[in-house]
Amino acid sequence: MASFYGFAPQNPLFLGTAQYPSPAILAEAVKRSGAEIVTVSLRREAAGGAEGQAFWTLIRELGVKVLPNTAGCHTVKEAVTTAQMAREVFGTDWIKLEVIGEDDTLQPDVIALVEAARILSDDGFKVFPYTTEDIVVGGRLLDAGCEVLMPWGAPIGSGRGLNNPYGLRTMRQHFPDIPLVVDAGIGLPSHAAQAMELGYDGILLNTAVAKAGDPAAMAEAFALAIRAGRLAFGAQPIEARDMAAPSTPVMGKAFLA
Amino acid sequence: MTLLLNGAPQDIAAKTLAEALAELGYAGKIVATAVNGEFVPARKRTELKLNDGDRIEVVAPMQGG
Repeated sequence: MASFYGFAPQNPLFLGTAQYPSPAILAEAVKRSGAEIVTVSLRREAAGGAEGQAFWTLIRELGVKVLPNTAGCHTVKEAVTTAQMAREVFGTDWIKLEVIGEDDTLQPDVIALVEAARILSDDGFKVFPYTTEDIVVGGRLLDAGCEVLMPWGAPIGSGRGLNNPYGLRTMRQHFPDIPLVVDAGIGLPSHAAQAMELGYDGILLNTAVAKAGDPAAMAEAFALAIRAGRLAFGAQPIEARDMAAPSTPVMGKAFLA
Repeated sequence: MTLLLNGAPQDIAAKTLAEALAELGYAGKIVATAVNGEFVPARKRTELKLNDGDRIEVVAPMQGG
């Protein structure tokens, strides 16, 4: 069971809270997924507005741990200021650090990411960096104080699954003792299972559940897939081979030709 | 004086950030604040004096991925 800054969830699904058809469906999806950690964000609150307060009440009633993000930030300063505001509002030093470098792919600006990660880690934050599968960048993030890495599967919201399974496998092998979470791009439970079969420690997703026709049912499907994938990794899968290998013993077969 | 509150011009009588939040209807709400791009912790709002043209950001919890 992987531990994320000392917290070891039974179910390593990090579920996003955005884009659900209604707050009630969001709550149902969180419950049915069994997720123990949900991601949240910060946005401008109008004077006299109550939307943010209502959302926060809903999340607190679910009794889950929150992981605030810095979504939409493009610079180190923006991300650091957002993280500071999130720490105060949500009462947690966990931060999902996103510094976006390119708007078509929402690819992280890994150079700014490392700098922001260092500033925040030095300030006592527990940083969950949204990064790529680049192992050199991963090493820099660890040097900066991160104890978890969250490489993307594919661009945020694309639902493409694991674009680079080779890169993700390499990352797993390169950092055998670091908790690794595939964050973003997951579309189907099979994608989540694939990541867990590679030995990943958790999955962070939002759109695939929130935009499904039945978000609560999809949330449960993801929970089952993550469990299946993790069990399979622990069970040590066989190596694929090109030629057939008979599974039924040949010895003792009746000679009927 | 006139401030920029979440990007929109706003006239206020308040002198400090804490007074401004009360005047604008944020009293008792769970919000975080930044002035001119710098985070201002809740405990510092009473001592933070505002100036004409300051950019104030007031944020609250929100759905996120």
